[in-house]
Amino acid sequence: MAASDGRAEVLRALRASTPREVPLPELPQTGLRFEDPVARFMLSMSEVGGACVRIPSVARLEATLLEIPAYRDAKKVAAYVPGIGKSNVVLSQIGDPHLLADLDFAVLPGELGVAESGAIWVREEKVHPRAGMFLAQHIAVVLPAAALVHNLHEAYERISLGAAGFSLFLSGPSKTADIEQSLVIGAHGARSCTAILIG
Amino acid sequence: MSAELELKGTAPRPWLHKEKAEAFVADEQRMHWHDQAVWFVRQKRDRMASQVPEWEELRNLAARIKAHTISRLPDYLEEFEANARQLGAVVHWARDAEEHNRIVHGLLAERGVTRLVKSKSMLTEECHLNPYLEERGIEVVDTDLGERIVQFRREPPSHIVMPAIHLKKEEIGELFHEKLGTEAGASDPKYLTEAARQHLREKFLAAQAGLTGVNFAIAETGGIVVCTNEGNADLGTALPKLHIACMGVEKLVPRAKDLGVFLRLLARSATGQPITTYTSHYHGPRPGAELHVVIVDHGRSKILAREEYRRSLSCIRCGACMNTCPVYRRSGGHSYGTTVAGPIGSVLAPHANSQKHASLPFASSLCGSCSDVCPVKIDLHHQLLTWRAELARLQLVPLGKRVASRVGGWVLARTWAYRSFSKLARWLLPLLPRALVYSRFNRWGLQRELPPLPARSFREEWRARRGGE
Repeated sequence: MAASDGRAEVLRALRASTPREVPLPELPQTGLRFEDPVARFMLSMSEVGGACVRIPSVARLEATLLEIPAYRDAKKVAAYVPGIGKSNVVLSQIGDPHLLADLDFAVLPGELGVAESGAIWVREEKVHPRAGMFLAQHIAVVLPAAALVHNLHEAYERISLGAAGFSLFLSGPSKTADIEQSLVIGAHGARSCTAILIG
Repeated sequence: MSAELELKGTAPRPWLHKEKAEAFVADEQRMHWHDQAVWFVRQKRDRMASQVPEWEELRNLAARIKAHTISRLPDYLEEFEANARQLGAVVHWARDAEEHNRIVHGLLAERGVTRLVKSKSMLTEECHLNPYLEERGIEVVDTDLGERIVQFRREPPSHIVMPAIHLKKEEIGELFHEKLGTEAGASDPKYLTEAARQHLREKFLAAQAGLTGVNFAIAETGGIVVCTNEGNADLGTALPKLHIACMGVEKLVPRAKDLGVFLRLLARSATGQPITTYTSHYHGPRPGAELHVVIVDHGRSKILAREEYRRSLSCIRCGACMNTCPVYRRSGGHSYGTTVAGPIGSVLAPHANSQKHASLPFASSLCGSCSDVCPVKIDLHHQLLTWRAELARLQLVPLGKRVASRVGGWVLARTWAYRSFSKLARWLLPLLPRALVYSRFNRWGLQRELPPLPARSFREEWRARRGGE
């Protein structure tokens, strides 16, 4: 079969054309830093079409969620974090992710937030099955305020990549501007995204 | 709009950018509208870039990381492959578009897949994968909103980031009315997007496989990164049990931390966002599912071999060079007749077929704005100029242009000739009848008036003034 030939041939063609090695630059400690990363993170969230609230402790989480109309009205709620009152999906029993198609709301754990861009690091290991976070009409992401970094360089220093699994930086609700450059929130994924900072 | 855009094959007839552009600018109002729409994105990019004090440092780093990666590409590809396999992904290699299409089709056919959802992948556009699969009985649904729109119209994308930027909302409204049953005359983007959401949700839920492009592949981890704003790649890969990711050989970065540099540049340069909404890192397949990565050469090794063009392999497909290009903005993406339009498209396309795409390096004013905004510092306008010389050597430039360039070059290389000719022109031109000056040989004067000729040359003026001091 041609598959292995393709490999050898592509690599051979590339080796034949490869120029002299150019050194790989070290990455300097660079990147925007902010006096108040929490304030900047909140601003970034609003700029990417999301919302952000800060609460002193997990005890306030349910009350905070109840202030979100989409959560109040939600019929089917999946909680990927413990202690969510309206949670009515037993995620461990979801074998087929298609069963989450009618999910109204998902509450997700974030591991790290980037002040510069409002991006939140979310890992499949904690959000399983991950389809829920994309299928849900609305989402909230809960993360410790202490888990904010200034910029993406710092973020990549903190997170460890390489183990099997899916992970992503999530920055606000799903959006598109494909029709005449008009920004529309709620393309395929979440129609709203609220970050809840704890602490 | 143009229905004659070719979908496959390499017709020997050269594509004349000028002809297609003429058709586009004939509707002057529309041309200005397009220009403004695209320029708006350039302005958003500027605002974003100006908020990052280390912007130039990032561009330098990105250019150097890419230059290094390209100089060790086969090693990094092997490292990536070994790590991706370790994570449970299957890696395939394709020499060209045909082999790529065959591999993808084979994967689908072996599993009996007849419904495929795709997120944006310029590589699969380049390989004309959709018609290949459709001919073999597979329903292919492009799920990026802009791509779905142009797919409905059976057109290629006119922009790599905003595939339907050439269309007005009223036209999309009409299209959706026909295809999705939206209300006749409705053109509100929010309403139309909602209709597409409902329609594509069904497609996502029914799909048996998802195909994505790859924005970055990480050699040291064996992972791939896919960036979208809509979340279509994520839905397309979180539901079905098969994920196929197609990438050109040049998509690699050596280290995970290099992503910090590229992701800070990519969305800012592309759409003026700090980062895309979904920046998804895939390391191996979902439990119980499959991940296949198809690595494609399709002419890239040929570009690698050519020092003067090599840097074009650093491209991260942000589209900033198109948004800033005065020619792209006023001629539209379809005037290029290639998957990738604009300055980067014009330096890439002639590698595949110099004869067919010979007009593209001339679709530029060489103003250099593309090189200035490029986040990975590709010397785009230099490459365009290099192509012009090469195409002239290959005799792929029209005779008139070749003769004019030769005469121009001869005159400009000789001080006495230049001085005599300019003196002659200053004296003669005002005396000649208009019909002669603006004859069909004066291509430049077709849409322009010559400026009034000065009485004295700059040199004479300079002499006179210095003499007066």
